[in-house]
Amino acid sequence: MTVIIDYNTGNLFSLMSALERIGTEYKVTSDPQDILSADSVILPGVGEASNAMSELRQRGLEKIVPIIKAPVLGICIGMQIMCSSSEESDTDCLGIFPNKVSRLRGPGIKIPHMGWNNVENTKSPLFTGIQDGAYFYFVHSFAPECNELTAATTEYGSVFSSALSEKNFYGTQFHPEKSGEIGEKILRNFIEINF
Amino acid sequence: MLAKRIIPCLDVKDGKTVKGINFLGLKEVGDPVEMGIRYALQGADEIVYLDVSATIEGRNTFLKMVSSVAKNLSIPFTVGGGISSIENASALLLAGADKVSLNSAAVRDPSLVYNLAKRYGSQFVVVAIDARQIDGKWVVVTHSGKRETELELFTWAKEVENLGAGEILFTSMDHDGTKQGYACETLKKLSDSISIPLIASGGAGNTEHFSELFLNKCADGALASSVFHYGEINITELKRVLKSKNIDIRL
Repeated sequence: MTVIIDYNTGNLFSLMSALERIGTEYKVTSDPQDILSADSVILPGVGEASNAMSELRQRGLEKIVPIIKAPVLGICIGMQIMCSSSEESDTDCLGIFPNKVSRLRGPGIKIPHMGWNNVENTKSPLFTGIQDGAYFYFVHSFAPECNELTAATTEYGSVFSSALSEKNFYGTQFHPEKSGEIGEKILRNFIEINF
Repeated sequence: MLAKRIIPCLDVKDGKTVKGINFLGLKEVGDPVEMGIRYALQGADEIVYLDVSATIEGRNTFLKMVSSVAKNLSIPFTVGGGISSIENASALLLAGADKVSLNSAAVRDPSLVYNLAKRYGSQFVVVAIDARQIDGKWVVVTHSGKRETELELFTWAKEVENLGAGEILFTSMDHDGTKQGYACETLKKLSDSISIPLIASGGAGNTEHFSELFLNKCADGALASSVFHYGEINITELKRVLKSKNIDIRL
């Protein structure tokens, strides 16, 4: 069973629908037992980093997420709060990935970064069978910097980590649940990871 | 590179897609969910659904349609038309919409833009601006172009950006339905004056109109409806042509 962590950050309908389209059974919950016994866990999220962290803490999940042994996929804010800190409201995050999250910068770029952009230099089982440079859907104003855990990069103003991976933890800055068939492929790859 | 977006727009009345010429004389063209799926398969980057129903029954039908779209469509979609409160917008969000588009309600109550952006984030809030040129000045109009406001296009666009809008959808009422091309010069000026994405609407008639828009960096996305609905332009073909002109396009 796949668990989608429910911590009141935005609408889960799109993610649930995407999992249904690929035929994955899931449960939406904030119960630590359910989360720790799941076969795979998705940490979704839209909105703002400090609010997401505070919602996570209110449920005591800031101590649970880092100890999950099954594959974990953070999406957008979900990935950002798995990083060390975010420049958004100067937020301390979970520190699963040592990367800092900073505001997108660059000459003449429009914020939010909204639309389809190339995901390059992919290196993670998430991208099995996906061509390097494929387009995915992004909506965000902050992003993790690059380091050795960077599993894919995207350029918008400057280059940022559009995916991260460290042991059983994965993250995407783009929204696989909104990225058409290729996004569904990412979700399927994630579900099929046996750790 | 961030791709330029091609966005078909579907006007929905009582659960059916319709398209008017200059917003008048509505004519049915198909099932909105099926059309959305078809456009997504053709390569549409996003879909916009506008509720043009005038009745409560029509609005409830629209809400059900939004859920069905969210279940079946794997690309983002925006909904608009008649959203006048946080409650309306929240219901659409819960039904699965990625963004809401505010038009007349933003003019009437600009704090709605601020409050929605604060609650759900800027990425959720699109402000649609309809305007036409009157004595050389771009005047914002509402109610499908029937009412003139006191607002000037460029000032209003900057104001909604400051209030927290994440995107602007600009329709030139002088160009809408004419198929003579987008209002490129105005769009270019508008795009350069704001720091959020701009979607162009009104005037698409052929492939050249899209190239002109993107080659001149007039907008981040192009919205059109009748040329797509009546099969005059196929989205796959359009995107191939644009790509061949070195425009950043997702194929």
